[in-house]
Amino acid sequence: MEKFTQHTGVGVPLRRSNVDTDQIIPAVYLKRVTRTGFEDALFAAWRGDPDFVLNRDAYTAGSVLVAGPDFGTGSSREHAVWALKDYGFRAVLSSRFADIFRGNSGKQGLLAAQLAQDDIELLWKILETEPGTEVTVDLDARQVRCRDVVVPFQVDDYTRWRLMEGLDDIGLTMQHEAEISEFEQTRAAWRPTTLPAKHLPPVEVVAARPVHADDALS
Amino acid sequence: MGRTLAEKVWDAHVVRRGTDGAPDLLYIDLHLIHEVTSPQAFEGLRLAGRPVRRPDLTIATEDHNTPTLDIDLPIADRTSRTQIETLRNNVKEFGVRIHSLGDADQGIVHQVGPQLGLTQPGLTVVCGDSHTSTHGAFGALAFGIGTSEVEHVLATQTLPLAPFKTMAITVDGTLPKGTTSKDIILAVIAKIGTGGGQGYVLEYRGEAIRALSMEARMTICNMSIEAGARAGMIAPDRTTFDYLQGRPHAPEGADWDAAVEYWSTLHTDEDAVFDAEVVLEAADLEPFVTWGTNPGQGLPLSGNVPVPAEIPDENARIAAERALEYMGLTPGMPLREIAVDTVFIGSCTNGRIEDLRSVAKLFKDRTKHPDVRVLVVPSSARVRLQAEAEGLDRIFLDFGAEWRNAGCSMCLGMNPDQLKPGERAASTSNRNFEGRQGKGGRTHLVSPLVAAATAIRGTLSSVADLDGVEAPDGSPLEPATV
Repeated sequence: MEKFTQHTGVGVPLRRSNVDTDQIIPAVYLKRVTRTGFEDALFAAWRGDPDFVLNRDAYTAGSVLVAGPDFGTGSSREHAVWALKDYGFRAVLSSRFADIFRGNSGKQGLLAAQLAQDDIELLWKILETEPGTEVTVDLDARQVRCRDVVVPFQVDDYTRWRLMEGLDDIGLTMQHEAEISEFEQTRAAWRPTTLPAKHLPPVEVVAARPVHADDALS
Repeated sequence: MGRTLAEKVWDAHVVRRGTDGAPDLLYIDLHLIHEVTSPQAFEGLRLAGRPVRRPDLTIATEDHNTPTLDIDLPIADRTSRTQIETLRNNVKEFGVRIHSLGDADQGIVHQVGPQLGLTQPGLTVVCGDSHTSTHGAFGALAFGIGTSEVEHVLATQTLPLAPFKTMAITVDGTLPKGTTSKDIILAVIAKIGTGGGQGYVLEYRGEAIRALSMEARMTICNMSIEAGARAGMIAPDRTTFDYLQGRPHAPEGADWDAAVEYWSTLHTDEDAVFDAEVVLEAADLEPFVTWGTNPGQGLPLSGNVPVPAEIPDENARIAAERALEYMGLTPGMPLREIAVDTVFIGSCTNGRIEDLRSVAKLFKDRTKHPDVRVLVVPSSARVRLQAEAEGLDRIFLDFGAEWRNAGCSMCLGMNPDQLKPGERAASTSNRNFEGRQGKGGRTHLVSPLVAAATAIRGTLSSVADLDGVEAPDGSPLEPATV
């Protein structure tokens, strides 16, 4: 994972609350089996609207998203983080993130920085009044700077450390392999295992057939 | 000091305590896999040359992307087919059990675990799907994870996690007739908001929760994520044990006794302290519906669409205005006057056999409203087979509904089951986000009873709106009552 210490880029004011991951990337784009190439899918439904913030020239090259509260709610899809990263975002600022989204961001090197809502409002005013203004997100100092505004943000110590060092979680956990094996020895024997497989007798499942012409085409 | 249920399960799975702000390393007992959030994780393993550490604690099924018609034919959508084939190749390569389309044990991943008896009290259960919270109904600590975490669990059978806070949601009293566990959870989300549960594990308790069947409990825990909580839990009791006993992977003989003895310790101690508490009175609940574009934007069906101008908080007002514009609703109009095009009965929230029985009971000897399309999609192939054994399929078809094969279907519209732009659905699913059920589609989240009454009348309705029907009292429906 790429190290993250500080980033400066165009700030994008997204004045919406409850931006769920279905809005960040609709389900129809989740059929791909790759981890990249999701930039076109980002905010796909909203990007059809010429007035949507990312369709305005000053913000198109944005890399710091300044969003309303409860960003990233809903589905666990990590594709939401991939889409933001593929588009070019390095940081998302919000007064409250959904837990799974924040976790996914940390794994992928996208900084989810939590600011006070009042500070988000300050940034929105600057970015809306002067489109194209750059925002600096300083992870070392846990600080956002934009024009004369300097405000703090929160990120947990562990995520900050991992982002700044560019560390991979699996590698870190593998260092404790012996402890995992030891734990496995203590598990009760009656705990379920999926193998060998047990199930009710196999029965043939009859396929449902279309009753509408529309369905037959799809 | 005593511990909460969530803390007991957590403590029993700590492989290594985190120090200096590092998370705990938690052991995972059961890892459920599906086609959408796993391909990139398997690819990561392959690139790093890592095996799946515990294939015997891992199980895969196909659900999100699968068609609910013509399941014996090749999947028509090429990218969907590729994704399913990728899963099949991956599980073959890594030695993971799978239940594929056409298999009697295929179905929505959150139905497959419980019906096989793999979901048990006191386990840690994860899946790359946010509705993994469903399994908390058994007293398991179950939560959704992202694809990086899927890879992490495949490789190590553990997850680094910072401890959650705990919130008690107590529902006292008895549910009024015609209301269900779906109405409880919609009311909870409307009360605490879509972010109210963030950072918490919710524990549902109280008389009204104790009275619920296992399936009704699953509906509540399922939607914990809609309140922002990664997990919801209910302490196991006789209802839980009865559901589990005799299922394929449930313990047997002396193992069963040992398991029940342990499971019986899995409750919050009297002197345990929750970080937050919410209390609801079941008697105050009514059938609940959503009017907006997040699951917190819900009201009793007897109410009116909100008037944004009357909302004091600026952000909430803007959100309501945007939601009403998207939903095509007039501020102040009675919710009961909203006409729908589609009724969707299904999903990991409300696609189980009891849901289908409660719907069939209202559909019997009636026909659907002529302007409404009704889709009934069982949560698993076994649920479909069970419904057919009880003759429910005939009732659905005679009513004018479509009776489909199992899968996530129109809950998220990844397969061909989608709303068209501007179409409106009453849906027993879990999310009313913009475009969730199809681009431009409009969703009202409802209970199976409201969905059924709406399919009959064409507008959002409750059982009370039907002539000559006594509303069910919410107790589990046995086959004989249909």
